[in-house]
Amino acid sequence: MDQSLRSLRFRLEREATWERLEALLTQAERRSPQSLSDEDMLAIPALYRATLSSLSVARATSLDQALVDYLEALSARAYFFVYGARTTLAERIFDFFLNTWPSTVRGMWRETLAAALMTVAGLAAAYFLVRSDPSFYFSFVPESLAGGRDPTASTEQLRSTLYGATNSRVPLSVFAAFLFTHNAQISLFAFALGIAFCLPSVLLIAYNGCSLGAMFAVFDSHGLALPFGGWILVHGVTELFAIMLAGAAGIRIGWAVAFPGALSRLQAAERAGREGGVAMLGVVIMLFVAGMLEGFARQLVVQDGARYAIAAASALIWFSYFYIPRGRRA
Amino acid sequence: MSTMTTATVIDPRIRSLVTPEGVDLRVRLATASERAGALLIDLAILVATLIALTFVVIGAFSAARASGGSEVIAVIWLLGAFLLRNFYFTAFECSARGATPGKRFMGIRVAARNGGALSADRIIARNAMRELELYLPIGFLFTGAQDVGALIVLCGIVWCAVFVFFPLFNRDRLRLGDIVAGTWVLKAPKRTLLPDMAQHSENAAFKFTETQLDKYGVKELQVLEGVLRDHDAEAMRLVAERIRVKIDWRRPSRELDSDFLRAYYAALRRRLEQKLLFGVRKRDKHDNV
Repeated sequence: MDQSLRSLRFRLEREATWERLEALLTQAERRSPQSLSDEDMLAIPALYRATLSSLSVARATSLDQALVDYLEALSARAYFFVYGARTTLAERIFDFFLNTWPSTVRGMWRETLAAALMTVAGLAAAYFLVRSDPSFYFSFVPESLAGGRDPTASTEQLRSTLYGATNSRVPLSVFAAFLFTHNAQISLFAFALGIAFCLPSVLLIAYNGCSLGAMFAVFDSHGLALPFGGWILVHGVTELFAIMLAGAAGIRIGWAVAFPGALSRLQAAERAGREGGVAMLGVVIMLFVAGMLEGFARQLVVQDGARYAIAAASALIWFSYFYIPRGRRA
Repeated sequence: MSTMTTATVIDPRIRSLVTPEGVDLRVRLATASERAGALLIDLAILVATLIALTFVVIGAFSAARASGGSEVIAVIWLLGAFLLRNFYFTAFECSARGATPGKRFMGIRVAARNGGALSADRIIARNAMRELELYLPIGFLFTGAQDVGALIVLCGIVWCAVFVFFPLFNRDRLRLGDIVAGTWVLKAPKRTLLPDMAQHSENAAFKFTETQLDKYGVKELQVLEGVLRDHDAEAMRLVAERIRVKIDWRRPSRELDSDFLRAYYAALRRRLEQKLLFGVRKRDKHDNV
């Protein structure tokens, strides 16, 4: 035995450790980390450190290339396992709703305010333009989306679009699914566009405000401002808020890239992007709620008072959830 | 120290990843082609899933002779396409392996650039950017327009191309999503522990002098290791002849090439590893230490 190579003896002594680690990792990856017994789970970090130290020794003393390659691959695999999965999915979800989401949204209040101002500016601009000259209407609202809500319609026609089922041939569930996916896609888009120095995000948000303002102008000119408000705000509180947040996340990224401050551009983009990721997951959830409200609640609840009550309740819930300060997170 | 620099010089795709224990794992970046391959596999899976779901629904409704199948199919395509498009990548990358099926197949994975945990918000951010890098260009390609509209579409395609080909123009092959999320895509090979070629190779019949063993360095040793593992008779004959000439080895009549090579490999490794213990690493045959 003492005649054989040192590096060979080293390997023979430690082989079992590496192979055990490999087997445990394979099991955890094939099935799930939960499929490991407590004993195995606790063994992994120790086995990982032993393998890592073997790698250091092997690099310094062994000239068997295959051995060093094997240990490098195994150590990296174990490293990602040990340092990658710290929390379970359930813990993550719980923490997300309790801390991460509201605190991220709170942290983006400046961008959210800017997005809100852009929406209002777009709304006001389109409103006054369409009131002064109705032919501007189709610059803001594509004819295919207007669905008969345009300046040429009579008051009765307009009224019927607010209270009747939107399209009797399309079932509510399909309609709700369509609204949700359509809006979510737009907001994801607003977020992704932010990387080009905020500009596309800002334009998209302003445009969103414009189409709203144009529609409002048409209904207002027929004295239907109040019913229109109820019709749009049932889901609009949630939906507009979500789109503003998506835009805010996009603005934050674009701003970080344009003005990184003390950080490097890459670091700044990374930090803003991670916060944006959290905000976006929240936005998708909000839009799902909005889609449900739009697809079902709006079609089933036709009294203005009830509609405004739902709108006020949703505004109260979202604002208190996001902006009421809570104790510092543990 | 010299080993580390040579390793970086040899392979420009190696990046250092120092664990909290202070060991550099020297990870390797995935190539652009591997990533493109992984993406194509994933997209194929997405489309196949939707089509399969549709057939299941059609089958179920026609078997039950119930109406309303078209409504369910419409919801599946709307919601299913949305969920798959946005969460297929996210869900798989959140798992312990940090890779979608396509990435697994190509042997690559996502990791945080700072070596820390690959948290869910990073994964969401990197996949939300796909909207801009993947789906928007695809959308543009299917947009029909004429005259000025066509020109706008063309501009859009050019603009998108900047994002699509972004990974080809930076050192770490980062796509936009990787930059925003602080991630990168690494090779995650699964290697098996191969037998040590020095085991059972030392042979008392072969006695090499120190001069004969000082002819070669680590690089040649590892090439020899590769030749022994491949076990190709022709290559072994050629290499054995080269070495015999180089070290002035008088060949006994019935000496097998494989025996000679194995014995020389074991002896050379013993000699070089001994030197290594004294802090001397003879890199290759030109390195006269």
